[in-house]
Amino acid sequence: MRKTFTLDGKEVPFQDGQTIIQAALDAGHYIPHLCHHPEFKPHGSCKLCTVKANGRQIASCTMPAAEGMMVESETDELNAERRALTQMLFVEGNHFCPSCEKSGDCQLQATAYHLNMMSPHYDHFFPNRPLDASHPDFLLDFNRCILCSLCVRASRDVDGKSVFALAGRGIKSHLIVNAKSGKLADTNFSTTDKAASVCPVGVILPKRRGFAVPIGERTFDKQSIAEYVDTRLAQEEK
Amino acid sequence: MEVLQDNHQSYLDPILARYGHQAVNLMQILREAQESFGYIHPDAVDYLTVQLKVPRTKIEGVASFYSFFYLEPRGKYRVLFSDNITDRMLGNMTLMERMCRNLWVEPGKVSEDGLVSVDTTSCTGMCDQGPAILVNNIAITKLTEQRVDTICDLIREQVPLAQWPAEYFRVEDNIRRKDMLLADGFAPGVALKAAFVRGAEGMLAEVKASGLRGRGGAGFSTGLKWEFSRNAPGEAHYVVCNADEGEPGTFKDRVLLNSYADQVFEGMTLCGYVIGAKKGFVYLRGEYRYLLDHLNEILARRRQQNLLGANILGQAGFDFDIEIHLGAGAYICGEESALIESLEGKRGTPRNRPPFPVTNGYLNQPTVVNNVETFAATCHIAQHGGAWFAGIGTAKSAGTKVMSISGDCARPGIYEYPLGVSVRQMLEDCGAANAQAVQVSGPSGVTVSPQEFDRILGFEDIGTAGAFMVFDDSRDMFEVARNFTHFFAHESCGFCTPCRVGTALLRHLMDKLHNGHGSPYDFEEIEKLNQLLLSMSHCGLGHTACNPVLDTIAKFRPAYESRMLHQDFTPAFDLDYALQAARQMTGRDDSAAHLHNVEEPT
Repeated sequence: MRKTFTLDGKEVPFQDGQTIIQAALDAGHYIPHLCHHPEFKPHGSCKLCTVKANGRQIASCTMPAAEGMMVESETDELNAERRALTQMLFVEGNHFCPSCEKSGDCQLQATAYHLNMMSPHYDHFFPNRPLDASHPDFLLDFNRCILCSLCVRASRDVDGKSVFALAGRGIKSHLIVNAKSGKLADTNFSTTDKAASVCPVGVILPKRRGFAVPIGERTFDKQSIAEYVDTRLAQEEK
Repeated sequence: MEVLQDNHQSYLDPILARYGHQAVNLMQILREAQESFGYIHPDAVDYLTVQLKVPRTKIEGVASFYSFFYLEPRGKYRVLFSDNITDRMLGNMTLMERMCRNLWVEPGKVSEDGLVSVDTTSCTGMCDQGPAILVNNIAITKLTEQRVDTICDLIREQVPLAQWPAEYFRVEDNIRRKDMLLADGFAPGVALKAAFVRGAEGMLAEVKASGLRGRGGAGFSTGLKWEFSRNAPGEAHYVVCNADEGEPGTFKDRVLLNSYADQVFEGMTLCGYVIGAKKGFVYLRGEYRYLLDHLNEILARRRQQNLLGANILGQAGFDFDIEIHLGAGAYICGEESALIESLEGKRGTPRNRPPFPVTNGYLNQPTVVNNVETFAATCHIAQHGGAWFAGIGTAKSAGTKVMSISGDCARPGIYEYPLGVSVRQMLEDCGAANAQAVQVSGPSGVTVSPQEFDRILGFEDIGTAGAFMVFDDSRDMFEVARNFTHFFAHESCGFCTPCRVGTALLRHLMDKLHNGHGSPYDFEEIEKLNQLLLSMSHCGLGHTACNPVLDTIAKFRPAYESRMLHQDFTPAFDLDYALQAARQMTGRDDSAAHLHNVEEPT
């Protein structure tokens, strides 16, 4: 007999070992998320995917689904808290969407639109984060890093290189690269690495391809992030 | 370049050999490397990446996580002022300014000659004998102006730390009230012998019957924890003693380890016997580095007495030994899964749960993590039985609790009480007059106001890890809460968004009120942030980071009202203050160099 749990009143089937978000996305139900990626093992740091499971708030990307679980996700309360977290990610770094090459393809920006974020709300931190343009083919703009560690996981677990890692603690946490000089050019990073294409925001950018697709015709100009996640999953299943 | 690398090799090789060239021991390797060289040199990192076969990102990621590891020179003498609220109340800031003035050094920076750095650090666990500092991670207590001046002379004359006056390093136990745990006369081995008579299952049954609950604050049933771990399948089982006593205001584990280490080690050995472990670790906070040699001596003596090692006390097949692992300045490692990550040589990030350490702990094996005091208590259960233990304290809270009392009282120190004791009783015993508040369990605990002084310590009322900080009516409770928000922002591990950004925003807002820019708007913002931290954070640090603010808002609202200088929102950004750097650079401080004064020339 197939197992199910209830998500916002709808029955969602799951297999043993699946997390709430995995089962929900498979069934076509979007739960906002940034650090979760279907190809990587659960991480649980951005907390956007927090849901109320049996009355308790928990990250749906790390919580295993269980038979008969009552899960709430699309509530005003949860979306308000997700919006606040998104605002926190905006003020923590330096995100100037109008001048960012990733605008329109950025998952942080798209998530903010999805959650009806109208302003950053909090005081900006304006951290000082220098660029790294040392690599011939890729640019690192740390200003936009949201510490989701997708590049860290991709480089370590898929590419077998550990080019990226998180350093520091607390609000001083930041991304570093695997070189004594601290420069990407001095690592074994390659343009074909999984880590080169996994960044949800505009930190890891290919050079000489800026604005190849005009604003207005980009991913999230045509569809919302909820639709995008749904179609991406459908494509993967094919 | 070659020569330099060789230099690092000469001190790194023996360290690497001692730790078996194992990356799992990275924390200890980095600590000893730094003790040898003063900081972790980039060339030393080069050598370690090769020897430990780990990427550079791993070593830099770990080293930069912990406050006491330095990847850049921090001076031959590294002075850290403990900055708990109790140190503040004893005048640590004035003393720090004095030291900086004497040594011509700015707080947080290294002196121009590279000799010394002076900075602050989270509570070092010397609240009953502060103000306290660490010099090259060794504790110095009872700082006075005269002591500061002499220390400055010793630093300027570059006198080695080992030749500084011994009384500077004296740490008193200050035991004021003894009960079961602190009673004299524990004979090493007696609890083990009693347990062997009962057998492992019998011993487990006694621990369960005793009603003992964890003394680290969470209060989980010790018997159940041992049982879960005992029943969990694994290649090996581990016992971990959580001596990362980081909660500001707590120092009872320091005393237990200093004068009752045999009980602690024996309790760990009992646990090993029950769950079938061969190896135990003590995770000792970096601030207690000075206890390391003392503890290792006791371990060596216990091995000689066959209380550790193979076939303990002739019990065939029962092998158990204990290793001490030092932390390096990270409060979060008191959280058991972060502690295990740190034990494994990683950044101290709390794990996702489930699974829990009892089934998937150290090296993914079943692991019991208990507090220092919990292990000590199990020795008495072994000797006298669970029913005897359950008869002490209250129906819901069995046994005694060792409390660390500090702040505004005549007799700060260590007090052991049967659980169920009232706050009022404790205040009387320690000689606290005019107390307006007690912070029980440190910043993550609860602020108790005079109307609540008849409340009791125990799991049915005020659960506690052991801190008891007293504030008399001269203290500003807003400043107490502000100190705590700074603490949480400094100690947030940075893993999850709500805690990483939220604790920093909370600190900003409390500073904004402090700086006189507060309005009811900010008050609402604080309450909203508190709610977000509580509901969205990854671990207990984020969940409790708002406690001191929520509690003081609820119980000491006038302290906040007086900060509401504005009816409407005022930005925290002060344009005139922002010109400070420009004034300093140009050496100007005349009225035209101030923004406020431009419109009203004098």
